[in-house]
Amino acid sequence: MSGMGVYLNLDVPNMKDIDVYIKHGGYQALEKALKEMQPSQVTDMVKASGLRGRGGAGFPTGVKWGFVPANINPKYVVCNCDESEPGTFKDRKIIEHNPHMLIEGIIIAAYAIGAVKAFAYLRGEFAFGAKVLQSAVDQAYARGYLGKSILGSNFSLDMVVHRGAGAYICGEESAQLESLEGKRGYPRLRPPFPAVSGVYAKPTLINNCETLSTVPLIVKNGAEWYSKWGTEKSKGTRAYSLSGHVNKPGTYDLPMNTTLRQLIDEYGGGVPGGKKVKAVIPGGSSAAMLPASMLDTPIAFDELTAAGSMGGSGAVVVMDEDTDIVRATLRIHEFYREESCGKCTPCREGTFWLVQILERIAHGGGMPGDVEKLLDICSQIGGRAFCLLADGAIPCIISSIKYFREEYDYYIQHGHSMYADREIAEAAR
Amino acid sequence: MITPEVADRIRAAIAKYPSARSAVLPALHIVQETYGWVPKEAQADVANLIGITSGEVSQVVSFYYMYFQKPVGKRVIKVCQSISCYLRGSDPIIDYLKKKLNVQAGETTPDGEFTLLVVECLASCGSAPVLQVNDDYYENLTYDKIDRILAGTEKSAAQLQLEYDEKGVEIPGLYSNYSGPGTVPEAGS
Repeated sequence: MSGMGVYLNLDVPNMKDIDVYIKHGGYQALEKALKEMQPSQVTDMVKASGLRGRGGAGFPTGVKWGFVPANINPKYVVCNCDESEPGTFKDRKIIEHNPHMLIEGIIIAAYAIGAVKAFAYLRGEFAFGAKVLQSAVDQAYARGYLGKSILGSNFSLDMVVHRGAGAYICGEESAQLESLEGKRGYPRLRPPFPAVSGVYAKPTLINNCETLSTVPLIVKNGAEWYSKWGTEKSKGTRAYSLSGHVNKPGTYDLPMNTTLRQLIDEYGGGVPGGKKVKAVIPGGSSAAMLPASMLDTPIAFDELTAAGSMGGSGAVVVMDEDTDIVRATLRIHEFYREESCGKCTPCREGTFWLVQILERIAHGGGMPGDVEKLLDICSQIGGRAFCLLADGAIPCIISSIKYFREEYDYYIQHGHSMYADREIAEAAR
Repeated sequence: MITPEVADRIRAAIAKYPSARSAVLPALHIVQETYGWVPKEAQADVANLIGITSGEVSQVVSFYYMYFQKPVGKRVIKVCQSISCYLRGSDPIIDYLKKKLNVQAGETTPDGEFTLLVVECLASCGSAPVLQVNDDYYENLTYDKIDRILAGTEKSAAQLQLEYDEKGVEIPGLYSNYSGPGTVPEAGS
């Protein structure tokens, strides 16, 4: 079955080969941009399309491109392929299956802002993806899509495929630039922002893999074509990563007015065993979970924010009615404790403290006042840390307490989960 | 400590970047590919080639979890335990491996063949539960599959994808949006 958006021609074998890519219309957008458009016109088109960042923050992409100053050189493009947000696996499919689409998007973005070199920063675990992307880059050089005087124009670009080495924090923009410079991935103080002072203190455009992979589609088909899909403030389509308790987990590129219920039932085949949905995380584990009553929310930025969560990375994780919410929350928070870079106290100490209390509750040592303490710790982390990893480390627990307080209370009162008692009661029947 | 060939590969990596220090991570990957881990002497060699202090190299080695500071088994098994894999049965998988290999997480088998690690999200959530053996992904795990992985007879996700690219043969879960049966692993399934 053929996809749409960045998964167009998803089922075509060997799309990583440049001849197959060109046969399916590849590099036509680049040709159009170089031969028919000024760099600023490319930026205007991306602005008009309404494309918003697909990494997690959802910042308007064209606006970000516009922040890069014209008259400071050299300039760089960094493509953020560090995909590490739990539940997210959409970029990996682009890199391994359709790397030329990503390369084409990077070249067009570099043309728009006047960059001389582009780096694709892949998470270290994507060893295979890095090989595939490097082969594709070599092919692009051989055909004249990279290197000097691309397609006979006076625009030249070099591209480097760079692997990280295992650190969620390196998906954070400023930490990624530190890592690219060969240092520990500690976030930077902003301002200055990467657009003005990025890698090597030079103007840098840093965008997510899916965001840049969308650019050739927009340039080829036009801004109106792209903006006819989606909601008012979330234009276009996005690649949702569907996982957890569903029959057909996978990546689905769909218009952004798709609701959680539609994604789970119509595309995801519903919950295994005919069970009911208990809670859904709609945008990666840094997004607050939503209860089943909110399944008709469109999976779009503003709509999810209004519902108390966020669009995030578009990773939809489904938890069925038999999920022990306290244990699932504990597992999610172990991730943030593991990945906290350690630079600032609220995150470093706070993530450890939250897990310590959650572990105690889950293992039968919960005490009255623990839930209030958890919420208090969250209030000392949120908005008070050096970067947004910390702000992503608290919505899960806050929302789990908001919607499933009774599970915490049961643990604290009885020393075990309500599911343990239910199983015993059912077995006795 | 590093061979002239490894040094040449590192020099080639350095040449790609406007600043030599950017090559620290690639250089350490080259060292670990060659020796299986990153010995202190190799870190000093990397520092010399790049032109920075060995402290500046070792702080990178200790920050990024993929670099091993001690020798590890020939095959390092990394099982994902993040939320999507957890919901689809990563805990039974981890317990199964601990029993089969007779080690705790973080330990190496006495014959030096396997190291068992528990890691965070590997970006393969649609085909959970998932593990890596060194750089290779193995997805949609069942206990039987794990037995075959340990025996070395199971194809990795990359091998399946390359087969698809060559032959165009539909592999369930790889390129359709559907990635496999929706049950947690049962013994023998």
